[in-house]
Amino acid sequence: MIEATGLDKTFILHLQGSARLEVLRNACLTVSAGECVALSGPSGAGKTTLLRSLYGNYLVDRGEILVRHQDTMVDLVTAPAETIIDIRRATLGYVSQFLRAMPRVPVIDIVAETARDRGAAAATAREHAAAMLSHLGIAPRLHHLPPATFSGGEQQRVNLARSFVCPWPVLLLDEPTASLDAANRDIVVRLINAAKQSGSAVVGIFHDAAVRDRVADRVLHIDPVTTPELA
Amino acid sequence: MQGYNFAYLDEQTKRMIRRAVLKAVAIPGHQVPFASREMPLPYGWGTGGIQLTAALIGPDDVLKVIDQGADDTTNAVSIRSFFARVAGVRTTTRTTEASLIQTRHRIPETPLRADQIIIYQVPMPDPLYRLEPSRPVARRLHAMVDYGAMHVKLYEDITRFGRVAVSYDHPVMVNQRYLMSPSPIPAFDNPKLHRSPALQLFGAGREKRIYAVPPFTSVVSLDFEDHEFNPQRAPQTCALCGSTTSYLDEMVIDDQGGRMFACSDTDFCEQQRQAQHDHAA
Amino acid sequence: MITLLEAHALHHRFGRTAALDDVSLTLRRHEILAIVGESGSGKTTLLNALSGRLTPQRGDILYDDGGGPRALASCGEVVLRKLQRARWGYIAQDPRSALRLDISAGGNIGERLMASGARHYGDIRAIATHWLEAVEIDPARLDDLPRYFSGGMLQRLQIAATLVTAPELVFMDEPTGGLDVSVQARILDLIRSLVRRLGLAVVLVTHDIGVARLLADRLIVMRHGRIVESGLTDQVLDDPHDEYTQLLVASVLPA
Repeated sequence: MIEATGLDKTFILHLQGSARLEVLRNACLTVSAGECVALSGPSGAGKTTLLRSLYGNYLVDRGEILVRHQDTMVDLVTAPAETIIDIRRATLGYVSQFLRAMPRVPVIDIVAETARDRGAAAATAREHAAAMLSHLGIAPRLHHLPPATFSGGEQQRVNLARSFVCPWPVLLLDEPTASLDAANRDIVVRLINAAKQSGSAVVGIFHDAAVRDRVADRVLHIDPVTTPELA
Repeated sequence: MQGYNFAYLDEQTKRMIRRAVLKAVAIPGHQVPFASREMPLPYGWGTGGIQLTAALIGPDDVLKVIDQGADDTTNAVSIRSFFARVAGVRTTTRTTEASLIQTRHRIPETPLRADQIIIYQVPMPDPLYRLEPSRPVARRLHAMVDYGAMHVKLYEDITRFGRVAVSYDHPVMVNQRYLMSPSPIPAFDNPKLHRSPALQLFGAGREKRIYAVPPFTSVVSLDFEDHEFNPQRAPQTCALCGSTTSYLDEMVIDDQGGRMFACSDTDFCEQQRQAQHDHAA
Repeated sequence: MITLLEAHALHHRFGRTAALDDVSLTLRRHEILAIVGESGSGKTTLLNALSGRLTPQRGDILYDDGGGPRALASCGEVVLRKLQRARWGYIAQDPRSALRLDISAGGNIGERLMASGARHYGDIRAIATHWLEAVEIDPARLDDLPRYFSGGMLQRLQIAATLVTAPELVFMDEPTGGLDVSVQARILDLIRSLVRRLGLAVVLVTHDIGVARLLADRLIVMRHGRIVESGLTDQVLDDPHDEYTQLLVASVLPA
């Protein structure tokens, strides 16, 4: 479903004297439908950079990222913006560590938007959104509030609901259970496994080893890039 | 008469005005600039109309001048005697006898003919001027047929007053192209502009503009489909001739506030009375 | 690829200052493109050029109304004005400059309809009422004069008065620039939902990175009249390559 080969990524920090920060060198990853690959490695090894690159959020310097989108393999690295937007709408889901949403919008509409973007009617989209929010333990009385005043855990569950409300052929998860309690972690684990069962290819960063063991089929270890100067 | 050219203006000026008239006739409703001259009467007293009359009048013409429909106001009498002196032409108060009619703020009740020319005195030729203070911008709006703002004004009138508030100088579309001020004639007279057999010329002396409606040209008063142009007439009869169809003036006749309604068109009123008299005799 | 608007190698100078220096871009149907940059970067000049308010000294702007791309410069002022009156919209930073403050809210919304030939008073009022609701203004204020409206309401009225002709392309110049922060979010939310619901293509000029992030699919970063970086909005903002873009992003206060 997603196949990345030979990814290089170096950040050039112009504001810090053009410092070069090489994060990925020849990174490769292949994930099939129904499979979950967990990225592991020490902090700063480039797990998040790889995940963000797979989403097209970071632009790699070299390599290709092929995603199966509506029965064709598309290279995210070279695809035009509108194709990436299209792929993100229908194929490639991403759960970030933090909820980022339009201020003042009630959570139910934040979640429903995912479905609406795929052409669902407003009422249907809200129904699905309400169900998913409730499933993740957000009480119906909170559905019509904007998430600004929510706790970190509640915000993260809204963030999860926003992705899990629709099925994704490819799903990228950046520490999806980081700020959740045991009960909610369990719900998320079951959601991930259900997604796998329905054919999603999942790539995730899971700090919680217990969660990782319950969802991951494989672990891909990422080592920090060692450059001669640093070594 | 010694010391003056025929009809007061010199021949060069008349030619200049005639060229403006020709252009105005060729582009119905479009305001044509012209080099307005000083006339021996102040702006606002009909200098635009007088210059048109002077440029067009010939020795064989018969001139009628009306002011708010009346032949006997100071202004009408003065202009008539002015041309009698400087052009030696015959003047009349009878609409049917005139070949050239100069008017301020009315169209005669008697229908005009193809062998007549009517000349309107115009204070403000651009109907957009209250909506668009910049002249260059207003000219562009005319060029682009961008008349939405005019309808906004009518919309606003209906919203505030339940009807279009202007009862005179109601804007018209000429030949489906140019928005035109009909001069401050009552809205009641607007339908007479439409497809009139007479050539209609408009002169604004202070604003230095001439425009025209050629014979048999479409002139449509602006309105809405569900608020059609519907000019009002006082629901009275003329106290002098008994007309129930003519446009009436309301006059205070004594110190007790007594009022009388009479035809604004004095010639029409007189003809009506004459006919009744003849009929009775 | 369904391109709606295309600019080729635009150049424009004001005296010795290059306001546009070899600027090219394309805008697709239903796409929201943000142009960001500091004051004097040329972003407003670019917006004016794209919207036909300024003719660039060099370069072409092509617009495709469905019948194939056509150079704005060749279609003539009458056609251009017709576009600007109905199929395009322009939302200015200061609604006071775009609205008639002594004409009722309904008259303001109705103006573009009437300019496009609407002649039914009742219909115009019905449509204006609908649009007041769409921009969250109490329809009871249909006959009120906008001079008594708050800044946020005025901006919403301008949006209604612009979108009433169902344009396919809307230009926005700092649409939330003059508003209180508390009002900004509401207007942004409104713009976003209307733009999506109506499938509008938008060219948005803003110096506010946050506004661009919330609204735009794609982003162009301008400096000294040149495009220094462009791409997917979140990619440009999260992984800026150009030195100036990095400075711009680093200068934003964290939310």
